Order: sequence, then C-alpha cells, then structure tokens
Amino acid sequence: MTNPVTHSDVLIIGGGLMGSSAAFFLRHAHGKSVTLIESDLVGRQASGTNFGNVRRQGRPIHQLHLANRSLEIWRKANKLLGSDVEYLQSGHIRVCYRERSENIAKMEEYAADARQNGLDLEILTGNTLRDRFPFFGTDVVAGSYSALDGHANPRLAAPAFARAAQKLGAQVFENTRISHVTKAGTDFIATAKDGRVFKAPILLITAGAWAGELSAQFGEPVKLTARSPTMSVTEPVPYAIAPAVGVMTPLEVETVYFRQVARGNIVLGGSTRGPAVAETYRSFVKPQNTLTQLQQLRRLAPALARLNIIRVWTGIEGYMDDSLPVMGPSGTTSGLFYAFGFSGSGFQIGPGVGQTMAELIATGATGIDLSHYRVERFTGVK
Amino acid sequence: MAEPRVIIVGAGPAGVRAAETVAAAGLTPIVIDEGRRAGGQIYRRQPDNFRRPYGDLYGTEAERAKAVHDGFDALGDSIDYRAETLVWNIADGHVWTASGKAQEALPYDALILCTGATDRLMPMAGWDLPGTYSLGGSQVALKAQAVSIGSQVVFLGTGPLLYLVASQYIKAGARVAAVLDTSSFTARITALPDLLALPSVLWNGIALTRAIKAAGVPLLTGVTPVAIQGDAKTGVTGVTVRLGNGEERHFAADAVAMGYHLRPETQLADLARCIFAFDDLTRQYLPVRDGDGRADAPIPLYLAGDGAKVLGARSAEASGRLAALAALRDLGLPVDKGAMIMLRREVGRYGRFARGLAKAFPWPHSHAAALADDTILCRCECVTVGDVRRTMDVTGAAETNRAKAFSRIGMGRCQGRYCGHAAAEVIAAHGDFPVADAGRLRGQAPVKPLPIAIGEPE
Repeated sequence: MTNPVTHSDVLIIGGGLMGSSAAFFLRHAHGKSVTLIESDLVGRQASGTNFGNVRRQGRPIHQLHLANRSLEIWRKANKLLGSDVEYLQSGHIRVCYRERSENIAKMEEYAADARQNGLDLEILTGNTLRDRFPFFGTDVVAGSYSALDGHANPRLAAPAFARAAQKLGAQVFENTRISHVTKAGTDFIATAKDGRVFKAPILLITAGAWAGELSAQFGEPVKLTARSPTMSVTEPVPYAIAPAVGVMTPLEVETVYFRQVARGNIVLGGSTRGPAVAETYRSFVKPQNTLTQLQQLRRLAPALARLNIIRVWTGIEGYMDDSLPVMGPSGTTSGLFYAFGFSGSGFQIGPGVGQTMAELIATGATGIDLSHYRVERFTGVK
Repeated sequence: MAEPRVIIVGAGPAGVRAAETVAAAGLTPIVIDEGRRAGGQIYRRQPDNFRRPYGDLYGTEAERAKAVHDGFDALGDSIDYRAETLVWNIADGHVWTASGKAQEALPYDALILCTGATDRLMPMAGWDLPGTYSLGGSQVALKAQAVSIGSQVVFLGTGPLLYLVASQYIKAGARVAAVLDTSSFTARITALPDLLALPSVLWNGIALTRAIKAAGVPLLTGVTPVAIQGDAKTGVTGVTVRLGNGEERHFAADAVAMGYHLRPETQLADLARCIFAFDDLTRQYLPVRDGDGRADAPIPLYLAGDGAKVLGARSAEASGRLAALAALRDLGLPVDKGAMIMLRREVGRYGRFARGLAKAFPWPHSHAAALADDTILCRCECVTVGDVRRTMDVTGAAETNRAKAFSRIGMGRCQGRYCGHAAAEVIAAHGDFPVADAGRLRGQAPVKPLPIAIGEPE
C-alpha cells in the first residue's frame, strides 16, 4: 500500500495565525495552490490563547511598517474573511509609574520616532490623563495613547483565516503531525506520523514553539524557548473601558495589561509567564502567577479590585533570545521560508506577516524590511 | 519526621467520615469547607438561631444527619477546620485556598476530595426565566432558610431528589402545582432488581410517591418538557409538558424546581490532572479511581462521595472512610484491613442501587437533541442551542472545547457545570456521533469566581 501524496505550490507547516493568514493571502492575492498542515487544531496555542492586543506602540520602530500594514488588514478583516473576529478599534494606552518617571522622556522620544513611521501617539500626563482615564491608580503618572490601535478575539482570528483560505481552495489538514521533512530535487517532502506525504517546491514553516525541530532538519537549529502566558478574565460588567491598557516598564512583573470586550468581560494578562513544554501540547497557569498578576492589576487600576475573575487560561508560545521573530528565507535551502518565534508579540502583526510572506514567496520580494529577522543571526551561516 | 499532612476538601458525609478516620489514626487533617458549618448540602445545617428539629429538616434521614453532625462536632480540635473557604486550584504541589481576601497555598502528603454534587440540568425553553431553580437550590431554600421558592411550585425533571424535595415542600405547607417526571414508570420496573440492593431506601422512595399523591398533587411520569412560560419582568407563570399520548398539559406556577438527578463536582479532580473516563450508563465523563478511591492522577489524590460518582449520602459516608483508610495505608500507617473489606462491600451495594436509580430515572438525552434553536443552552453566556449548531456548521467544530472556543458555550462563571452535559448531547446529536466523542469541557481555575482583591491586606 502506498501512502497518499498531496501536491501543491506551497506547503505551510503550522496552522497558527501566521500560517493561516499566509495561506489565505497566497490564495487570495497570488492564486497559489496551498496546503496548510497543523499538528493540533488551527489557532489552538499561542495564536488562540494570547491577549488579543492589536497594538502597534511599544514595538521596535523598525517593525512599525509591518504593524501598519497589518492594521489595515485588521480593519477590513470581517469583510475580507466573511466572519467576525471581534476587532475593536478602541485605542491603546501604555502608561508608566511614578517610580520610573524617567520613562516619560522615553515615551516622548518613542512617540517622535513613531510619528515618522506612521504611528500617531499622544502623551498624556497629570489631570489630562486622569480626566480621560479615571480608572488608573495614583502610581500612574503618564500615558502614551494610540487612537488607532485596539483589540480582537484571538480564539476566532486564526481559524477565520484558515477557513477563508479553505473557501478559496487551500487544503487544510488538522491533527497532522509532520515527523520528517526534507528536500529532494525541487520538492520538499513532508511525511506525517501516519505516513501521509505532502510535496511542494516551496515550504513555509510557521510552527511557533515547534518550529525549531523543523528548521534543524535544514541545518538551521535555533534556540526557541516555550513559555505560557498568564491569562485571566472577569465576569461581564457594563462596558466602560475603551482602550486596551498596558504598562511600560523594564520589570516583567509590572507588565500587566487588560482590555474590556464588547460584552463586558475584562481580559487580563501579563506580569508573569509560566514555563511550557511544547511536546506536551498542554500548558497550565501557575496559581502564584495569577495572584501576582492580580496584585499588579490592583496597582494599575484599583477599581477593578471589586470584580472577580471567572477563568484563567494559557497556551504555548515560542520565544527567541532577542524577542524578535525569525522571518524570511532560509539561509541554507532555496524555496524554504520561516515565520516563527514571535516571542509573545505576534498577534497584531500576524495578518501582516501572512501577507508579507505570501508576497515574498509569490513574487520573490517584499517592501517590508526583514533584515532584523534573519535566521542567520542565530545560525551564523552566511 | 513531621506528621504527614492530609487535606480533605468538603465537609459533607464523605468529608466528615474521612476526617474522623484520619483523626482516629492520630493525624490532624485540614478540612476545607465552602460551607459555613459542616454537613454538606444533604445534611446542610440551619442557621444558628433556627430551631427546627432534625425530623422536620431531614425526614427519614434525620438519624444519619444527626450522626454526621455529632461525629463532626466531636472532632473538635483534632482536626484543623477551615469554614467558608474555597479551594480554587490544585497545582504545583499545593492546595490553593481563598476565604474572603485571604489566600493560602497548603502543601499536602495526601489529598482527599469530597466535593459533592450539584443538579444535572437539561435546558428547556424558558429555563432562563426568574423563578426557575434547581431542585438542589429549592431544597437549600427550604432546609436552610425555611422558605419556599414560590407560592405555587412545579417540580420537573427526574430522579429521587424530585420526589424528595416535592414531598418536603408539601410537608412544609407549600403549594405544589405538579410533580412532572420525564422517566417512565416502566423504567422503574426494569430497574427493580438493582434497586432491591437497598430495600429500605426503595421503600422510602415509594412512600414519598404515595405522600405526593395523597396530598392531591398531580404526579405525571413519562412527560416531555415543552416550555416554562413567563417573561423577564414577572418571571415564571407556568409550565407546559407533553404526555406520552401526545396531549399537552399546562400547570400555572410562579416557580419551577428542575433537575435530572445529580452530577459530581469534578473540577478539582480535573485541575489535579486526574484521568477521566466515559460512563455509558449515565452518559458522562467521570474521574477514574480504584475501588478504594485512589484517583488515577499524578499526585496522591483520593476521591470519595458524590464528588467522584453519584452514589448517595449513605455511600458517601462509607467511601469517605474507605478513601481515608487508603490514604493512611499509602502513607505507611497501620490500618484495619478488615474494616476496608467491609467498607468495599458496603460501597459495592450502594453502587448496585445507584445503577438501579440511573436506569429508573435516566438522563433524557434525546431531549437535548430535540431542543429548538432559540432555546438558551448556556445561561451564563446566553448561548442558544442554535448558536452551537451554527458554530458547528460554520467552523467544523466537532468537540465541546472547540465549540466553546468559537461559541462561548460553557465559558461563563459556572464554566459549563450546568450546561456542559446538555451541550455535549446537542453537539453529538447535531454532529451525529456518540456523545463520548463530544468530549468534556476542560476545567480551568478558579473553580468558582475568585476576587481580584485576593491577597490584599484586609
């Protein structure tokens, strides 16, 4: 008996937001035949369990071009995909605490650079800040407000891209674990654990925390650390907080963030992350991390202390040592591309990454500067 | 060497007997109770200034209730009792508790979960109206606070609790409009051989039925619920059911008590990463444990009482003792092996009776499949049956956790404890696959809402 073989122009391994949106744009904009392979369910890990921030500010300045491109996609996502991803352009504010008031100058400096790169930020302090956002605690002294950022529902986004890609003719295989991938002649050959074979002249690896074992098969081992975010949600309360809120601080423990969804629940995350083992496909929130997160939340927005959280959750994210993704062509193998290791900051840029990778694959070039994301910075291969 | 630390969660009949057993071995167990006073739900005690006698409160079970209360009270300082304390998570080698704003993380050498049960509910049109209560909730209102849930109450569902609570309401002088059982009378005949495992309990059940009829209350079996009528402002105004012959009957009422037997509170076992297996007879996933209550889990975990599997309060006392003896034995302490053998036999007898109850009062799963699209399935998140079916059609979700991610079913404050079983039935029926394949909603901490103020100085 021979194993079934699936052929296509492009094979994508990893059905998170990057892989799903790349599959969508390869069909939608470039008419390439696409096979998307997911070892579990589409968007189940980092892409589906993150905070849902559609946030440009705070990203490296060199990433804003990509973030702006992604924002345009978020704004028309419902129409483009034919399903609601609950994108809400309700603003995003990043604040700093009194003890670190030196950050106000950094905020202003960042805002000046951001303005040159298409991101308008408004710096608010004192009573102006408090009048507009009365829920902040007394430790909060300044905020950087972006009116055109917001949030969306991560549980819905990646699956919506994958379904839309499927409607346009992409083949999507869930619960398909690739055990071995190689290049023979002009084709990449990926073999699933159950023996199914997938062939294509182009391979895109978007496998998040699981990508390292695949890139290693092409002589490009990279260090990926699996971590799991600490997420919580409150019971629904009347909708009152428009912007997504975050903290600018060098201390990870202070980096709590929250947003209120249209139906009223307040989603919170950050402050701590837990360890994870990618191989197990299941991660758990550490109770102490939840307690620490709630403590930080009370400092940021004391009024929220009157609410209850009703659920916590987490997923598995892949982190690079420099917190920047690997994105672009392989350094060793022609026809091979990567987009993984988004280090807990991939949701907003996800659709832009998909569009950019599709463009790069289909046309051989992209207007987005990918020089910061080259895999060679880890492998040393020139 | 320090004394081994045994933590018991729950202080109903299972928890109290487990605590006694551990204390009798010379250890000081920590007993964590969500309740204000020990007794659990079935033997819930009335507030301090209430003075109703045991016979009024617990009927035929008055002696057992008193024995459990007295047993607990006699423990005094030989246990470390934490009332009004929630265990919100079990992880990282600790039991995580919350009481008001105070929190603690307690290490343990053995952990015995006696978490009890809550009502198993089947959605129906109008079950989201004010005035709709669970059977358990309506019993608590009467038992603890001496109040009725309404001035004219319909009891609807199936299971022994349906008859027990209805007769307690009648006895207390409340007006009961009807007792409506979805199970057929013939199911009871079929179940008789198993029910004869406990003749006295069976006899008590028959006596309850007679008392209801003697009071002139309509008692119908084999009904199919049609709708609870009313509106959001005035609440419940009546209940309509369909009889076996197709005839519809309406009963005016301002409150409905509904329930379809009970379901174990297994969220803590789930958070402790216990393995679950599907139980064909009752159509639900249950934590896996051995005959003594040792859980199939990566930690020294023991399960007893209705929180592991619904076998009733009498069984809970025996399984609480047995799980405690198993824990003591595993800790290397001397235990009475003869006592363990006797307890195993006793638990086995209750198991046979419980099988009989499950056959006599089956979970009416076909009702879930027949629910109209506009019926609310998840009351916490206002997700309708149609929302779930459409989600499956559009997204291809073919399992409850995936349906949850896309439709919010079971995502609210009860985390699917009340809609999860019905949701699995709706999903299985719509997808045309066995309900076991619909899976079970994964538990997440906190098992009940946790204040953001947790850990704040008082």
